Amino acid sequence: MFKSGNWQNAIDVRDFVLKNVTPYDGEGEFLCDASARTKHLWQLCLTAISEERANNGVLGIDNEVVSGITSHGPGYIDQEHELIVGLQTDQLLKRAMKPYGGIAVVEKACQEHGLEVSDRVKDIFNNYAKTHNDGVFDVYTPEIRLFRSLGILTGLPDNYARGRIIGDYRRVALYGTDRLIEAKKLDMLGLIGPMTDERIRLREEVAEQIKALGQLRELGAIYGLDLSRPAQSAQEAVQWVYLSYLAAVKEQDGAAMSLGNVSSFLDIYMEHDLQLGLIDENYAQELIDQFVMKLRMVRHLRMDAYNEIFAGDPTWVTEAIGGRLADGRHKVTKTSFRFLQTLYNLGPSPEPNMTILWSNSLPEGFKKFCAQVSIDTSSIQYENDDLMQCTRNSDDYGIACCVSFQEIGKQIQFFGARTNLAKTLLLAINGGRCEMTGKQVLHNIPELKSDLLDLEEVMSNFRLAMKEVGRVYNDAMNIIHYMHDKYYYEKLQMALVDTNPKVNLAYGAAGLSIVADSLSAIKHAKVQVVRNEAGISTDFKIEGDFPCYGNDDDRVDVFAKEIPAYFNKLLKELPTYKNAEPTLSILTITSNVVYGKKTGATPDGRAQGVAFAPGANPMHGRDKSGALASLSSVAKIDYKDSLDGISNTFSIVPKTLGADMEQRKENLVSIMDGYFSKDAHHLNVNVLNREMLEDAMEHPENYPQLTIRVSGYAVNFVRLTRAQQQDVIARSFFETI
Amino acid sequence: MLNVHSIESLGTFDGPGIRLVFFLQGCNFKCLYCANPDTIAFEGGNPYATEDLVAMARRQQPFFGKKGGITVSGGEPLIQAKGLIELFKALKEAGFHTCIDTNGSLLNDDVKELLDYTDLVLLDIKQAQEERHRKLTGRSNARTLAFADYLAQRGKATWIRYVLVPGYSDAEEDLHALGQRLKDMHNVEKLEIQPYHKLGVHKYASLGWEYALSDVPANTAEALLKAKALFQAYVPEVVIN
Repeated sequence: MFKSGNWQNAIDVRDFVLKNVTPYDGEGEFLCDASARTKHLWQLCLTAISEERANNGVLGIDNEVVSGITSHGPGYIDQEHELIVGLQTDQLLKRAMKPYGGIAVVEKACQEHGLEVSDRVKDIFNNYAKTHNDGVFDVYTPEIRLFRSLGILTGLPDNYARGRIIGDYRRVALYGTDRLIEAKKLDMLGLIGPMTDERIRLREEVAEQIKALGQLRELGAIYGLDLSRPAQSAQEAVQWVYLSYLAAVKEQDGAAMSLGNVSSFLDIYMEHDLQLGLIDENYAQELIDQFVMKLRMVRHLRMDAYNEIFAGDPTWVTEAIGGRLADGRHKVTKTSFRFLQTLYNLGPSPEPNMTILWSNSLPEGFKKFCAQVSIDTSSIQYENDDLMQCTRNSDDYGIACCVSFQEIGKQIQFFGARTNLAKTLLLAINGGRCEMTGKQVLHNIPELKSDLLDLEEVMSNFRLAMKEVGRVYNDAMNIIHYMHDKYYYEKLQMALVDTNPKVNLAYGAAGLSIVADSLSAIKHAKVQVVRNEAGISTDFKIEGDFPCYGNDDDRVDVFAKEIPAYFNKLLKELPTYKNAEPTLSILTITSNVVYGKKTGATPDGRAQGVAFAPGANPMHGRDKSGALASLSSVAKIDYKDSLDGISNTFSIVPKTLGADMEQRKENLVSIMDGYFSKDAHHLNVNVLNREMLEDAMEHPENYPQLTIRVSGYAVNFVRLTRAQQQDVIARSFFETI
Repeated sequence: MLNVHSIESLGTFDGPGIRLVFFLQGCNFKCLYCANPDTIAFEGGNPYATEDLVAMARRQQPFFGKKGGITVSGGEPLIQAKGLIELFKALKEAGFHTCIDTNGSLLNDDVKELLDYTDLVLLDIKQAQEERHRKLTGRSNARTLAFADYLAQRGKATWIRYVLVPGYSDAEEDLHALGQRLKDMHNVEKLEIQPYHKLGVHKYASLGWEYALSDVPANTAEALLKAKALFQAYVPEVVIN
């Protein structure tokens, strides 16, 4: 029924897509509204969501059963109306325990909602089974613990699951589990001696993967479906992909569990069935609406503290849409439009985290449709496909978590949160001591000769500090991923990835704009350190003006470009677990607020405790030359030095984009074409009025679906804490009169 | 060298597409409703060399798309026509779309030469009726109307901008008077009705000036639509900004 190719001889989904995809050049006029069935189901979901919000953010917890691929019986929203079935537990929005990341976290999360983990599960995980969290803390050095507690390293996945690995969920639809098991068994036969540590480990991993594929088949059986064979219709293709993803989120509660790039793959089945007249457009949209609805209902059990780094209960079901094929055709299909259409049919939503792979050569109709969706919903983000394809050499990739490239089925990455570069700069100014506690953190940093800061002297110390921080960060990362593989291995996701894939070790850095502005102040103005009696910096006196990052001014933007390049180079010199290739992100998620709390006053004039700018954004209010100058500054950070991604969040008032919808769409398209042609990497787009957000703070009940983009993902605004809401409102909204 | 009040990198209301807007310092009018009163004085502003402004335009070029470009506004930019000739010449050589937002009160040899390098003129006509123009701006509108005629004679692409000030420029006869002036001008592509707003009022306080129109209310949606319908009888395209 499909065009033949290598995909028939080997597990090669890319080849299948390449041979069979139907790029679509038109506009969105073919799209359908939500069907009556879809509306009925979504209404039930909305009711459950509002009960969840009323119940302190959690509707229910299964505190008896440890979650796994086949742990729960079937669950439905309203079975007779569901075209796509499957829930994580037997009840909508009921959360499940996944204690292999750490039992203490699960116990705490239950207690925060008035429940206790069942005695049986407590007994197992406290007395018999070891968790990822146990493993990591058995091995952590005192140095790593100190870095963690002082906030030099924050948000490390050492007490929650690392996530970020994307299974190629398309494989199950294209091949069925039997064929995938067969292929893995064949791989296993090739994994012969000598039996080194690596080889033994890999054999054990593949054995686990094969078991997981068997369980996936069983999960299908629970819902009366035969996943052992390939999908034979559009409905089955969507269902097979969804159940595979569901199996992953039943087994794991990774911080970010992306979906990949399934839309144009599914389009092949849609086109096939539409051509044969087996389905109509209304039904095609229904399938996608119901699929997306299920993705919106994914939940993990988290403790409240988790909200500080990843606010708003996100799951990062990131789906990459659009982009081009290496042969020059684009990958925009009618199903790309259908995915975006769900934001109208079901209303705005943070999940799935739809990410447009933008190329200047995408069809105009699609570009304008994306711009319209951004203007209407603020729910989608954009990444530079031209840049990623030519730098990473693949046209079949998804976005892991927020912004990170990942070749689907060929590559994975090990997530590593981030380090605080602003605090690292303060270590350089304080002889290696923490400015908040006075504790000696680094031992090789000379005291400054003068309190009137000299750029060369500060830079020399800063380079030493970055090297030390990088070394400790690398130690922590290697330990974390060793233990995660050992105690909380992602067996189902890895079963849908090639055996022994390439691995990226994804480091991150926060506070770049503060560092750039601080160095600019030291260079272009006079900065005097104010110290307390212990000799620790408490404030900085600045005389004179200095250029700030975010104004397209090379005198300061050069620092924003050079610091990540330098830090990345340091990280690349360090040994890594599984020979992973280090990459760096300039990304904060919502941790920019908590980082700010843990960082003293900085030489750019930022006071102690003030929130950082998110991601690679300029500091609030300092980008005074308008939106495009701000974008141009961020575009100067070289993607090659930050291959894990450079996140920029852009908020603009609708009227500033133009007088009417047509102009606004055109102008937003021009902005993105311009930004990405400058080799920028990522852009979150919010088109909102500040007043609306202020009203939503006061009357959350009126804005249940209000969605905004923050660093690399989207959240329901009303689920943010008040401090986070205030931070969002304080950020630069570009507005002209 | 130009004396610049400020620069906006994302202009979406001053010509087609995305505009890099240079607001020049100094204006020979003092309109009662001016939203940028801080640009009126000839003192102040920052000097910018032509090559720096061209470099800025080059850096921003990727954002311009098929339509965008550079607009000079103010203040009244034609007061600095000599400097602008140099700038626009360089911009045209580099292939940029150029646009001037003017009150049309100056028409000398420099201005005429400048128009050779100008793709589009945004001509602000405050009032088509002489007496009421004086009331609003303190000056006669004869020069502005002569400027309009000159543009028509040269066939220079022009958009007319008209601020609809309740009680000052929104009477039916005001609108018809303007429509009559424009109806045979084939160079006029568009008329932009600019709703009256008070967003610049806080600047009056910081300048220590009194805002004379503090009692004037904003336009009603109905009045804007009515004005639009009325103008449509005279001009091919009418928009409300």
